[in-house]
Amino acid sequence: MANKYPTEPLKVWDKAKKLRQDYYDNFIHAREKGGLRWAGGAWAFDAVPYGLGDDVYPLTGEPYGASTAFNGEFSLKCLEATENAGYARDLCSYMRNYWGSILLDKFTFGGEFPKPDFMWQAHICCSHAKWYQVARELEGGKIPYYCVDVAVGPYDTMDENKVNYIVGQLSDGIDWLEKVTGRTYDDNKLIEAVKNETTAMSTWAEICSLNKNVPAPLDEKTMYSLYVFGVLMKSNRKVGELYKELLAEVKDRVKRGIAAVPNEQCRVMTDTQPPWAFLDVFRYMEKFGCVSVGSLYTYGLTGMWEIKPDGQWGPKTTPMARGVPMRNREEALRALVEWNLAKPEWQHFYDPALKTEMMVRIAKQWKLNGVILHYNRGCEGLSLGIAENRLGIMKAGFPVMTFEGNMGDGREFDKARTMSRIDSFMETLGMKKLES
Amino acid sequence: MITAGIDIGAKTVKVVVLKDGKVAGKAIDLSGFDQRGTSDRLFRKALAEAGADIKDVRMIVATGAGKGEFPHANDPVTEVTADARGANVIHPKGRTVISVGAEEGRAIRTDAQGRVVDFAVNEKCAAGAGAFTESMARALELKVEDLGPLSLQSTNAVPMNAQCAVFAESEVVSLVHAGTSKQDISRAIHDAIASRISSMARRISVENDVVLIGGVAKNKGFVESLKRDLATEVFVPQDPEFISALGAAHIAFEKASKQGGN
Repeated sequence: MANKYPTEPLKVWDKAKKLRQDYYDNFIHAREKGGLRWAGGAWAFDAVPYGLGDDVYPLTGEPYGASTAFNGEFSLKCLEATENAGYARDLCSYMRNYWGSILLDKFTFGGEFPKPDFMWQAHICCSHAKWYQVARELEGGKIPYYCVDVAVGPYDTMDENKVNYIVGQLSDGIDWLEKVTGRTYDDNKLIEAVKNETTAMSTWAEICSLNKNVPAPLDEKTMYSLYVFGVLMKSNRKVGELYKELLAEVKDRVKRGIAAVPNEQCRVMTDTQPPWAFLDVFRYMEKFGCVSVGSLYTYGLTGMWEIKPDGQWGPKTTPMARGVPMRNREEALRALVEWNLAKPEWQHFYDPALKTEMMVRIAKQWKLNGVILHYNRGCEGLSLGIAENRLGIMKAGFPVMTFEGNMGDGREFDKARTMSRIDSFMETLGMKKLES
Repeated sequence: MITAGIDIGAKTVKVVVLKDGKVAGKAIDLSGFDQRGTSDRLFRKALAEAGADIKDVRMIVATGAGKGEFPHANDPVTEVTADARGANVIHPKGRTVISVGAEEGRAIRTDAQGRVVDFAVNEKCAAGAGAFTESMARALELKVEDLGPLSLQSTNAVPMNAQCAVFAESEVVSLVHAGTSKQDISRAIHDAIASRISSMARRISVENDVVLIGGVAKNKGFVESLKRDLATEVFVPQDPEFISALGAAHIAFEKASKQGGN
């Protein structure tokens, strides 16, 4: 069957793969070059440790948990090791993969699990609040650990006191970082990191906006490999540079009508983390000409958004473009906090209605035919309220399919049944499998 | 015009043959290990009952978990669509179809034409399917077909909290040791599965009329429990286990009619 649209692989692909490989290699080999390693969540204010120098390398826990999940055999060993140590099976599955790696002393990317020099974390959800406390204990209890409380409510309730509360903790955190590492903190590097982060996240949103086009230039399975830099090291200059290059390429794809799925005839979005060991489900959907153009998760975890004058959701204007001053530590921290608290994925920890509103916006503006929601047993935080989201999206007129699974524990996902459910959903949308 | 629908389920294979859109032949048997052989045998049996030959068949649509196993099928259709279509044929006023087979429970909301508006399917768990009642019957040392009539004799509603077939079996054993009657335990089992199915159905909003299909619909004890839980009447067609195959057969009939000819 002839393709409806032309398609071609992404040109930035090799560069992206190398950047990701370098990220893990740098962490593994940091000490050989006199550098430092830090571990923490992807939601941590990662711009802050950049002030310690260019040779301070992060390992963020959630992408590590996802990469481990992708390797089903090793993931099972990690999960069982965690359960054998007495931790409950219904805890965050990223966290269980991470703890299991420590317990087994095996790193997903090869060798022994590299011990961090310090832990830098934020209390974004109940799991994150305990994750590195336990990790520290499992590592012997001597790794310095700092955690920032961010429980200040959704962005539309933000005020000066709430921002000050977090800025104050980060400011104390910088003193703590100097003390535990013995290094002198460089405010200029912090300012540079904040600029890098805001540039990268705004650029990613602009890339995602281009998926409003029909055909979509990107599909979500591919986007998973690209959005990840926003949760690995969003404050690193190289991420912003990669996204700028990707943006130019995606614009060019739109101009030339290059599709991610050459027979696109149906557009959906998904929700929360996918079951990482089973991403071929997305390729299965393509047999129906169905492209997942993204999700609030891929758009709103790495991307920052704002409502534009024409009502469209578009990339958030960076603090630099808005003229926000960043002349010193205090101003840089304030810009960083205000930026992060506006993150879309942050909002629905407080109220599922906020998430529904954003999802309906995507469904309308990205011209979707339906929505596929993952009742993700592996993540309490991001799964909160999905059943309510479903009702809200259906009320807005979009058909919804749900499936149960687990982002990081393959034992809780039934691939055959999910595929069968996709068959039914596609049939209700009037889609048939395309002849190959 | 001869058309046929075949439902290759986890436990049984069902075939319905239509002559000009009316049921002319039916066949059912256990799927066994050789689903393909069983399907072929039953297909020929139903054709013989209809007085038709395989060369007369204009269109065959297959559904069920093993729908890919039948080489004569012209088209597959999902169980959800087949259930909805079949229920609409048999009870056009139906707007909620609840289908409970051996391994899967489904709730489907349909429009007046029998098209699917929304659906929910039980997850990786036997607690919303016929396998659950079979497992519980074993625990009670009863035949599964005796479970329904026995539960109708129950005088006490005994709560059974388990949502999992494995834990429910332990609970049944505990109830036996506590001296609870088999009648009351039977009802508790049906109440448990009905509760599971009802909550799934409520996810898609239950709208009357409710049509219950699938092999478990033959279990009167379960039907009573479901009525109580949903607080509404439930329409159970004759031969409820054939409705999915009937739906597939009607889809085949409609497709063949669109193509024209006899």
